[in-house]
Amino acid sequence: MSSPDIHADQGRRALAGGLSRAVLARAVKEAFLKLDPRQLTGNPVIFATWIVALLATVSAVAAVVGQQPAGFAIQIAVWLWATVVFANLAESVAEGRGKAAADSLRATRVTTKAKLIVDPNTGTWIPTPAHKLGVGEVILVEAGEVIPTDGEIIEGMASVNEAAITGESAPVIRESGGDRSAVTGGTTVVSDWIKMRVTAEAGSTFLDRMIAMVEGADRRKTPNEIALAVLLAGLTLIFLIAVVTLLGPGKFSGVALDPLVLGALFITLIPTTIGGLLSAVGIAGMDRLLKVNVLATSGRAVEAAGDVDTLLLDKTGTITFGNRMATEVIPAPGVRPDAAMKAALMASLADETPEGRSIIELARNAGLALEAPEGATAIPFTAQTRQSGLDHQGRSWRKGAVDAVYRTLGLEPQSIPTELSVAVDRIARSGGTPLAVSEDGVLVGVIHLKDVVKPGVKERFADLRRMGLRTVMITGDNPVTAAAIASEAGVDDFLAEATPEDKLRLIREEQGKGRLVAMCGDGANDAPALAQADVGVAMQTGAQAAREAGNMVDLDSDPTKVIEIVEVGKQMLITRGALTTFSIANDVAKYFAIIPAMFVVSLPALGALNVMKLHSPESAILSAVIFNALVIVALIPLALKGVKYRAVGAGKLLSRNLTLYGLGGLIAPFVGIKLIDLVVSALGLA
Amino acid sequence: MTWQGWAEIALTLSLAVAIGWPLGVFLSRVWNGEKTFLDPVMRPVEGLFYKACGVDPSKSQSWHAYALALLAFNLIGFVFVYAVLRLQGVLPLNPQGFPGLSGHLAFNTAISFITNTNWQSYAGETTMSTLSQMLVLTVQNFVSAATGATVAAALARAFVANRGEGVGNFWADLVRTTLYLLLPLAFVVAVVLAALGLPQTLAAGVTAHTLEGAEQKISLYAVASQEAIKMLGINGGGIFNANSAHPFENPTPLTNLITAISINTLGWAAFFAFGRTVLAKKDVRALVIAAFVLLFAGAVGVYATETQAPPAQVAAQVDTSANMEGKEVRFGAPATAAWVAMTTGASNGSVNGKHSSLMPLGGGIAMFLMQLGEILPGGIGSGVAIMVVMALLSVFVAGLMVGRTPEYLGKKVEAREIQFSILAVVIIPLSMLGFSGIAAVLPEALKGLMHSGPHGLSEILYAYVSGTANNGSAFAGLTANAPWWNVTLGIAMAMGRFMPIVAVLAIAGSLVTKPKLAPTAGTLPTDGGLFIGLLIGVILILGGLQFFPAMALGPIVEHFQALDAVAALR
Repeated sequence: MSSPDIHADQGRRALAGGLSRAVLARAVKEAFLKLDPRQLTGNPVIFATWIVALLATVSAVAAVVGQQPAGFAIQIAVWLWATVVFANLAESVAEGRGKAAADSLRATRVTTKAKLIVDPNTGTWIPTPAHKLGVGEVILVEAGEVIPTDGEIIEGMASVNEAAITGESAPVIRESGGDRSAVTGGTTVVSDWIKMRVTAEAGSTFLDRMIAMVEGADRRKTPNEIALAVLLAGLTLIFLIAVVTLLGPGKFSGVALDPLVLGALFITLIPTTIGGLLSAVGIAGMDRLLKVNVLATSGRAVEAAGDVDTLLLDKTGTITFGNRMATEVIPAPGVRPDAAMKAALMASLADETPEGRSIIELARNAGLALEAPEGATAIPFTAQTRQSGLDHQGRSWRKGAVDAVYRTLGLEPQSIPTELSVAVDRIARSGGTPLAVSEDGVLVGVIHLKDVVKPGVKERFADLRRMGLRTVMITGDNPVTAAAIASEAGVDDFLAEATPEDKLRLIREEQGKGRLVAMCGDGANDAPALAQADVGVAMQTGAQAAREAGNMVDLDSDPTKVIEIVEVGKQMLITRGALTTFSIANDVAKYFAIIPAMFVVSLPALGALNVMKLHSPESAILSAVIFNALVIVALIPLALKGVKYRAVGAGKLLSRNLTLYGLGGLIAPFVGIKLIDLVVSALGLA
Repeated sequence: MTWQGWAEIALTLSLAVAIGWPLGVFLSRVWNGEKTFLDPVMRPVEGLFYKACGVDPSKSQSWHAYALALLAFNLIGFVFVYAVLRLQGVLPLNPQGFPGLSGHLAFNTAISFITNTNWQSYAGETTMSTLSQMLVLTVQNFVSAATGATVAAALARAFVANRGEGVGNFWADLVRTTLYLLLPLAFVVAVVLAALGLPQTLAAGVTAHTLEGAEQKISLYAVASQEAIKMLGINGGGIFNANSAHPFENPTPLTNLITAISINTLGWAAFFAFGRTVLAKKDVRALVIAAFVLLFAGAVGVYATETQAPPAQVAAQVDTSANMEGKEVRFGAPATAAWVAMTTGASNGSVNGKHSSLMPLGGGIAMFLMQLGEILPGGIGSGVAIMVVMALLSVFVAGLMVGRTPEYLGKKVEAREIQFSILAVVIIPLSMLGFSGIAAVLPEALKGLMHSGPHGLSEILYAYVSGTANNGSAFAGLTANAPWWNVTLGIAMAMGRFMPIVAVLAIAGSLVTKPKLAPTAGTLPTDGGLFIGLLIGVILILGGLQFFPAMALGPIVEHFQALDAVAALR
């Protein structure tokens, strides 16, 4: 492994693994640095906490200076500051993991000079720093060199190690023309050489974008995050009104209201829990995507992923293995099955295609293993003959398209044995491909080639259906074949004989019905559809145009990944909702702690509301404030890890999460505040 | 509490829903411009209005234009009512010869009637001429109710549209709701009430000779017709000071039942109309159930508190099975409890007993039902509109927990909707608690109070809660016909009415342009028991959390003090 790869690998590990001590130490430091109020203006809830903490500090200092009892005020002030620090900690821990990963990635950036071709005719080059390369310029990269920036190969072919980006250390072939011509800065040419045209400005290469995304440098609030922030700000305003307006009635009722206590009431009522954890949840969502090796260009795309209604899946590679495989050999009447199998095997021995190899595999499983005989002549497949096979010592074996073989053998349709024509029809109807096999000019049987659906796919689609997602299979096959595979794989719908234009039209149609569409693609002709889809996942190995059109790039180039992406999106939204619900439900218990404590001295009858039987008014208020601060820390792991997503219907999911976080949020603080009160009173703190 | 009491409450509340259903279907047809059986009579009349005003009823307005038309109409209504009340002394149809109203009282009353509040700082029978009652107050009883209904109509159109533009035509909605629904229905109910003994006359009144030999002037008015729209329009402003406790407004248990049902039935009708227009009957049924559960709980809560032993009755060692202070003997505790809940759950505000005389928690429940924002079922249309805002907020928080960005009735709920939803509900604590907080320490305001201590605080709180919620019921005890109270309550009523209306129309304006999404198995179901529970939870927590501190110093502490007092006596 070359050194950039090691760095990249460390970066990935930084994201995947738990929190290292170094990351944590940096996060704690940053949590304190973020006490700068200018950093908090984007978060009204925590900003309000900051202001009240400052006022509480002033009140504590005033008490100390005035030589009055200050213990209570000092403790309240300390715990209010702790609330702010804990909220900051949540964010910096989430950011910390990304920053560690970004540092490692940064090390892969090229500092050596690139070979800029100045004369295309002679190929003369001059060394130029990578950051000075402009779009459209042509450079030469030779074996052992790191590709300095993103580009498109215009000449040559090379094997490229892309481990720095994908983590996959097996080199891939990159060549000019077609969908495999894009190369990425930071990857290494292992053999041969390429001439490439630069396609990205310095600073906006794929690697640069990846670093920025991992680091969260240009992280913008997503639409749902903004809406939630509005709600939290609104709740903060409502509670500000509720607390401030208490001054009048308090005076009217002859209750002496301590501003410090009012401040404490305000902070415990506003949604500090979700306010403190909101940005951490968003950052952690992006991290989780990176962990499955998907790079999203924006948080908005991750959020959209949770909303996807329709998944467009390419048949080949996603639903089926991509190659048709032989599943049976049907002998002609009067031919023994093993003889037919042997003929099929002989016809395939020289066939290097996956179909051919699947026939050899099928024969081996049936107990037939043969090598091609010495001196045999391979008869390759041609577009004219549409069959291939083997000739040896005057004997011949052929397999190929049924009509082509019939024609070669001079068979009339009516002279075909009924058993065979029935089998051919059956195979075609089931979506398979029949191949006729002949031995020495005699028809001996039919091979059934089948598009094999990957194991587990059907169950996965059933899960998706329960989640409310429709799956549509896209294939170039004819409608009969497509329908057969669609029903075997359990997709909801299919698009047969699909052209890129059909895909685009289908996406527009679905969107017109108010559905959000996700798809993945790799070819340049997929680019318009990728751009039109709400979530477009481009394959890292795919064409440059596709990578630019999509809003996510799958570094593993695994088309099934889109399903995981949807789950990550949903998980992020669920986590947000769960923490918000928990945060608001907490308020009920806090009232029962603070309200009686505030009023009981002047209005003893309100002691009846002290259902938790808290030790004293001071300990009740302090306990509520402490609980409010500690619950943020307690929930940081949940915010980072995310609430577990289950593939069940929305109703079940809601009732489960509502019980857990709504009802749990009602009950937990009663227990928590009571326990803290026991500790506080035992320690004699209040 | 007796089973008959429970049954009476359940029957009264349920009948309002049952009658509201077919009326809602009808109202939806009216909003949609579909055919109705009234077309032969009303179409030509309707056309006259449009011709006279130069309005094209088929032209759908943007939410801005719709809101502007609504505000302009109400502003003109305000100016007109204010002018008539000030000039009452020189205008005709004033048999008792009442003078014009003071500036602040006219200001308060004009706002009160255009906002569908019907807060009355005055006693009707000693202040208002027949002309004022009929020309300005009764007219506003119709059009202010119809104004509320237009908001629900616009919101419904926004939900049903798929990338649409306009939210409907305000003038058409206003005219049609008034002509097709309110006028004919009020006519029918008025005839029934007149048949059941309510006065309906233009005469000044009669002079009675009392047993002591004194002469007493008894005002009569056209009570039956006023009473019908006072209830149906969810207005609540009585002709007489005693409101529906007055024998001319509400003489018998049968009129009590009819008028009580009338308080809620059109509020429910607007729910059903909204559901039919949005093509979401099941989802709106869930809203109705949630509101009904809360309303029923409120009525039963009041029934429970009113059948508790009041300290004074314990001390006097008399029958303590019910608190009869401030209640009409002909109605009793259950009918009063049902009325308290129905009049405060809807934004009606008529009373058939004195709310100040309710047990502390009973009065607290009455206040709490108003603090929820008048959604049980609230005013015609305005109630369902705010209920939908509550549903938006519920869906937003909990909807995330199913792993999708929230949507309601096929529309995505995003920052703009949340922003305006907050705006619609933030006015509730701002005005209710804000004004109360100031009044509680302002000597000018405190002069109007009858009590000190927690009950005095309840008097203050109740006034602003009732005004802001556009309810209009009074706690009694407070003398509100003074500059401070008239002006601030007027402002509270105007803010409580128009800020939520504009916010809801803004939500409609945002929703109407969005694509209508098809529900999938992953969509949060908003028609089942789970959602009903969630909605109830959000309404209670949102309402309860804001007001708990203030209420603790009013009805809640008074309740515990009463309990302590009873314990000490026994």
